[in-house]
Amino acid sequence: MYHINELLNSDNTLKPSFVAMKESDDYTINIGPQHPATHGVLHLVITLNGETIKKVDPDLGFIHRSIEKMCESLSYRQYIYVTSRMDYLSSHINNHACALLVEKALQVEVPERAQYIRVIMDELTRIASHLLWWGAMAMDMGAFTPYFYAFRERELLTEIMEDTCGARLTMNYMVPGGVMHDPHETFVHRVSKEFLPLLKSKLHEYEELVTGNIIFQNRVNGVGLLTYEDAISYGCSGPTARASGVHCDIRKLYPYDVYNKVQFEEVIETAGDSMARYMVRMNEIKQSISIIEQLINNIPEGDFQAKTKAVLKLPKGEFYQRVETARGELGVFVVSEGGTTPYRIKFRSPGFSNLSCLDHITKGSKIGDLVASMGTLDLVIPDIDR
Amino acid sequence: MTLLLIDTALVIEKLILIAVIIFASLGIALYTTFAERKVAAILQDRPGPNRAGPFGLLQPFADGLKLIAKEEIIPSGANKWLFILGPGLAMTAALMTCAVIPWGDKVELFGRTIALQVADINIGFLYIFGVVSLGVYGVMIGGWASNNKFSLLAALRGASQAISYELAMGLSMIALLMMTGTLQLGEIVKQQTGPGHHWNVIYQPLGFLIFLVCAFAECNRTPFDLPEAENELNFGYHQEYSSMKLGFYLFSEYINMFISSAVMATLFFGGYDLPFFNPANHTPNFAATIGIITLMAKVVMFIFFFMWVRWTIPRFRYDQLMNLGWKSMIPLALVNMLVTAVVILMRH
Repeated sequence: MYHINELLNSDNTLKPSFVAMKESDDYTINIGPQHPATHGVLHLVITLNGETIKKVDPDLGFIHRSIEKMCESLSYRQYIYVTSRMDYLSSHINNHACALLVEKALQVEVPERAQYIRVIMDELTRIASHLLWWGAMAMDMGAFTPYFYAFRERELLTEIMEDTCGARLTMNYMVPGGVMHDPHETFVHRVSKEFLPLLKSKLHEYEELVTGNIIFQNRVNGVGLLTYEDAISYGCSGPTARASGVHCDIRKLYPYDVYNKVQFEEVIETAGDSMARYMVRMNEIKQSISIIEQLINNIPEGDFQAKTKAVLKLPKGEFYQRVETARGELGVFVVSEGGTTPYRIKFRSPGFSNLSCLDHITKGSKIGDLVASMGTLDLVIPDIDR
Repeated sequence: MTLLLIDTALVIEKLILIAVIIFASLGIALYTTFAERKVAAILQDRPGPNRAGPFGLLQPFADGLKLIAKEEIIPSGANKWLFILGPGLAMTAALMTCAVIPWGDKVELFGRTIALQVADINIGFLYIFGVVSLGVYGVMIGGWASNNKFSLLAALRGASQAISYELAMGLSMIALLMMTGTLQLGEIVKQQTGPGHHWNVIYQPLGFLIFLVCAFAECNRTPFDLPEAENELNFGYHQEYSSMKLGFYLFSEYINMFISSAVMATLFFGGYDLPFFNPANHTPNFAATIGIITLMAKVVMFIFFFMWVRWTIPRFRYDQLMNLGWKSMIPLALVNMLVTAVVILMRH
């Protein structure tokens, strides 16, 4: 028997070491949990030297709802609904990932009509998410008007979603085997004749108002630099990683549903700064429009849902499915014991990894740069905390 | 005995004029807040305030009433006296500037000729600069006394911004001074009136641009609203304020905007001078009324410009703001001064 102090004092043991969160004369401010720039309840402890940032410590967990644990007691039909609350701006895509996983495990053949509808919904969601991001990002920069413009176009989209799904934010429209019901009868008309022409006519407005603005360009050019290597080592994905030149679009790399049938480009920039991240998202809106245009008038007739058993039981084993949300790669990992509920479930959310690089890319920059960098990372806090 | 030498009627006349101008300034500032919301609404494709009274015209009073009725909170860590002094200073400094602005030419009332200017002092220019510089103490003291880190940062931002831009503003003014040869605002306006309407903006376009940019910075308006950058510093220096103290800060910004517009109109756009209108052909009272309306129209134009800019463009980063001030504005103002000096020398 050793006394604990003897053990600690001997040379052969590991010594406890302490890393000081801050030095005594550091000037720290708390951005959040309630702060306009964090768009949610993210808490950043920022160490400053004047206006210059020395360190950023993200403090998470303010909106942790233990979604993963909740999913363990929900059936494979029910757990989809909870995931709408993770990244609430890509709720369709979250649902899609969960539905795909169950279909993969049970080897369900999804009717083509459902696949088309799902991909259209995904891309509409991506547009809505990028629009909201664009407005919020401009607002972070001090320009308020873009926020209203973005919401003006997004509003039509939410109405279209409401017609079909009955919800404006948490859709819960995708189910294992397809979609819950046929889209609303005006869906095709409203998307192809109302929404897409409207958005296309407004995109140049966005570019004139924000993208071309000299103050805006000075705020984002060369700010929040994330190199190719860092993007990979921090596990960044989605537009954040693609802005650093990483080829990581799940829709291209591991196509699901009808993504292999549509023509679209993976938007890649190489600069890795906030401007590159901004441009990737702006160009992704155009790509999404092109995807929807290819599909919207060609939705095949047929069933909207495959026939599945009333009670779904996944075979014993581990299943993984990934999709490309508006923020990056969402992975769903399920360990099944063969029962009606998952034994363990893990979501790999894009926001968490994208946030992890924040300290790295903002070190040594100004407070204004922090806002610009954080804005272009496009963080959704419930996605990070889950 | 000296008191008796002052014309009592003059004292009464000036007191009335002071009261009228202060209340007019307050009223205009009140409705500027309303105009700001309406302009923002128009630019943003929404109706704006339209519930209180016809067209929402009573909205500013509702806002004021709300601010007065709010609970007043003084943070326990704050320095109480400085905390109260801050907004008062901001408001006083904002209101004091309107004393030297010539609102119009003379009017004849009750057999007296009344100049529509509270004080046509011979250092009008310097007075404006002095009082405007006082305004930054309101920001600094308020931000510092709040005992809040965000407020402190914002106060520092505000102070350094004001100092940097006042310098450029002052230099751009020197060029104008060399032209006019007087510091008296009434005299400067008179020089611009007359048949040719030689508004100073024609001879000092660069000086005007510099002054305009600096006015934006002095009023803490976008893109120079760094002291209250809500997405970075949570509304900055007035973060801890509530009730009417907050109201004073917000209000002083609008008064500053109004005064800046009036100063710009006076110095560069001929003040109450209306082109193609010869006051000599009309009765003095009619001419003065037209003069006041003209000046107000110019002021409204500038205020609209302030708002238009605010709701269109994003804000600078702190170091970019400093760079613009020290590396662009001040050298430009110096060049402007030099060119003006050379031209004046050549003409003599």
